[in-house]
Amino acid sequence: MNLTPELSRIKDEIREHALSYGLDFFETMFELLDFDQLNEVASFGGFPTRYPHWRFGMEYEELSKGYTYGLQKIYELVINNDPCYAYLMNCNPLVDQKLVIAHVYGHSDFFKNNSWFSQTDRKMMDRMANHGTRIRRYVEKVGVEPVEQFIDIGLSLENMIDYHAPFIQRRSSQAPVDEDQEGGFVPQKLRSKGYMDRYINPPEYLEEQRRQVEEARKETKASFPAEPERDVLGFLIEHAPLERWQRDVLAIIRDEAYYYAPQGMTKIMNEGWATYWHSTIMTNRVLSDSEVVDYADHHSGTLGSQPGGLNPYKVGVELFRDIEDRWNKGRFGKEWEECEDAVEKRRWDRGLGLGREKIFDVRKIYNDVSFIDEFLTPEFCVEHKLFVYRYNPRTGQHEINERAFPEIKKQLLSMLTNMGQPRIFVKDANHRNRGELYLWHQWDGVDLRFDLAIETIRNVHRIWKRPVHIETKEEGRGRLLSFDGENPTIKDTTPSE
Amino acid sequence: MAKKIDTDVRRFKQIVRGKIREDLRKYVTQGELIGRKGKHLVSIPLPRLDPPHFCFGSNRTSGVGQGEGENGTPVDGAGDADGHGGGDQAGQHLLEVEVTIEELAKILGEELELPNIQPRGTRNIKSERDRYTGIRSAGPESLRHFKRTYRQALRRQLAEGIYNPERPAIVPIREDRRYLAWKSRQAPQNNAVVIYMMDVSGSMGSEQKEIVRIESFWIDTWLRSQYKDIEVRYIVHDAAAREVDQHTFYHLRESGGTKISSAYELCNRLIDQIYPPSEWNIYPFHFSDGDNWSGKDTARCVELMEKELLPKSNIFCYGQVKSAYGSGQFKNDLDKHFKDRDEIVTCEIPNREGILDSIKAFLGKGR
Repeated sequence: MNLTPELSRIKDEIREHALSYGLDFFETMFELLDFDQLNEVASFGGFPTRYPHWRFGMEYEELSKGYTYGLQKIYELVINNDPCYAYLMNCNPLVDQKLVIAHVYGHSDFFKNNSWFSQTDRKMMDRMANHGTRIRRYVEKVGVEPVEQFIDIGLSLENMIDYHAPFIQRRSSQAPVDEDQEGGFVPQKLRSKGYMDRYINPPEYLEEQRRQVEEARKETKASFPAEPERDVLGFLIEHAPLERWQRDVLAIIRDEAYYYAPQGMTKIMNEGWATYWHSTIMTNRVLSDSEVVDYADHHSGTLGSQPGGLNPYKVGVELFRDIEDRWNKGRFGKEWEECEDAVEKRRWDRGLGLGREKIFDVRKIYNDVSFIDEFLTPEFCVEHKLFVYRYNPRTGQHEINERAFPEIKKQLLSMLTNMGQPRIFVKDANHRNRGELYLWHQWDGVDLRFDLAIETIRNVHRIWKRPVHIETKEEGRGRLLSFDGENPTIKDTTPSE
Repeated sequence: MAKKIDTDVRRFKQIVRGKIREDLRKYVTQGELIGRKGKHLVSIPLPRLDPPHFCFGSNRTSGVGQGEGENGTPVDGAGDADGHGGGDQAGQHLLEVEVTIEELAKILGEELELPNIQPRGTRNIKSERDRYTGIRSAGPESLRHFKRTYRQALRRQLAEGIYNPERPAIVPIREDRRYLAWKSRQAPQNNAVVIYMMDVSGSMGSEQKEIVRIESFWIDTWLRSQYKDIEVRYIVHDAAAREVDQHTFYHLRESGGTKISSAYELCNRLIDQIYPPSEWNIYPFHFSDGDNWSGKDTARCVELMEKELLPKSNIFCYGQVKSAYGSGQFKNDLDKHFKDRDEIVTCEIPNREGILDSIKAFLGKGR
């Protein structure tokens, strides 16, 4: 449903405010939905239509139940697309609608400008519909269950992609030269007249060329892939013995995983940025006197965190405000870092007024990891009472462990890196020269959950159809989990790196 | 309005149903479902159906939080048992699925291949049912049919020529009023009563009672899916029998001797006084560990059954729960006397695993 005239007027007003602050967003389409429609759209990950799969149904059941029991309610839903689509719930009070609209413009600006989103498909709405059509076609061709089961398998591997791949070309895009050519490699000759050939294309040089190429080939043959491959899903699509439709199903899942990845990688920043803008726009421009209390109530609800928890909205917006403040007062750079006088530091104000400009730059080039790495300061940790908690086996509880800045930062970064998921590589696709797949978990102190890992390599096996191994560590000791099609095994192994 | 999500929801429910069916034996024997029974819905905890991923395990036990507190202050809310690292990795959550009792009965029926129960044909009793079927011109105001009244008024005004299309005011008068009219119909009705009898003598331990409790829950569930209304009565007995409520039935622990005939007599009295067999489908279930006071009492039981209970009941079910003390003789006696009789089923329930099989034995005949 379209916006009511009143909301439409409000939207235009907020849009003008946002533009005047310098936000630069995609054209944003708002739709007014009732709770049921909103739950449906939310179950589809924000899209009006997806491919058929039961997990959307499960999501919907949970959301509806949560709503019915009054446990949860979705306030805003916005998708990264050009134009940007956002949904409002029609039963929300007007002040909430205003807040959400302002919040959405923040997100929309972030989607458009943050470089981690630059490689996402801005016509994802169409592409999702297209995915739906393709999968429905396969369902008609091979039946509901085979397709559904295959999607389940694919989904179990969806986090094994290379989040940085859209920006780096890791492999040459050129197809490898026809490798299985009979008689080996024949070096190309330069054009020459017959009598000059000996001089223009000296046989020794040709021989040297041939030898080099053959050797390089031998080497790559010995280990394939040549470098550990981070995009496991992509690797399987290229190299696993699959039927066409299966390959396409995996490609769809991978496509969507890459589309959603930047949202996982910038959660703190994205929410922080949107919150920064809704609070700026609301409190400076839009709120009427009668709405202040409701606004404050809702706003604090968004930013509140349960004791001990960490709320990305809160951390994000506070960091942005901190950066703005520091760059306004010139609290950065060599001079500031080297100042040891606490009193002077407290009074520090160079009156630079660079804050706004700085945070616009920050929202452009950082993601959560680099954001925390660069802008989390000891002062910030103290002011916001951050701490590291650890599980205490003696009391069986999580307890506050320390408040030292380096530890907090380290802990935060390790939680955010790779979106808190293990890094898995394809190390060898012809393990033991028997076509077995050898995966490698880059262990960084945290163990895998073995039961789920076994289930996952079972699924990899269904795709690869040859035995699958994954090398990992358990409390520092090398372990090899294998599945040969019948029995899963866990063995000790010497870690390869 | 049909929604796009409907197909996915339907598929999800099918999958859930499959899961429940797969694990039905587990759910049946755990008995924890009974506590989760609402009025019409049973909520069943299922492990979430998420596809497996490579993910971090339980030794990620630290995270970052925000708030006051000395070192060593417990952090509530942050992190649950499976190492919830500040919300970065959701642990395995349980999915609460709600299933209607009818649905559960259907699943049970399918799994055990239970036949639908045929009510005893001759004993179908008729009951009067009122249904609104028409309209009449007299009746209580509460049943006035608004639309028909106005239609009648319009008709009258047209006929009288006082209807003015320019100013279409319609004013019903007394004669225009129309009321809903009902007809009484004779409808066949099935009533059923289940009479549970349990031996609560000293030899029946709490595990035995738990088995009886679980078993009767499932029997209830199935019978309820077959009959519109069902009444349940509970009788406990040791040397003497008395009627109790549901709670007492399951929790009472007596000690003392066992005189089964006392329960059968009480049951018979109940039937004669309240549930005449001509109007009721009657299902007596008796659970005991098979110890009886004396052979003489057993003879009395057999006589009672032969003359009174069996002719009156749809089916008489005797479940013998194995206990450390019971001799289990009673089942042998019954089997000897009532060989090849359709109206009685005896069954031994050695442990919880035996519950489903005995339900199948009891209800598999479709009587």
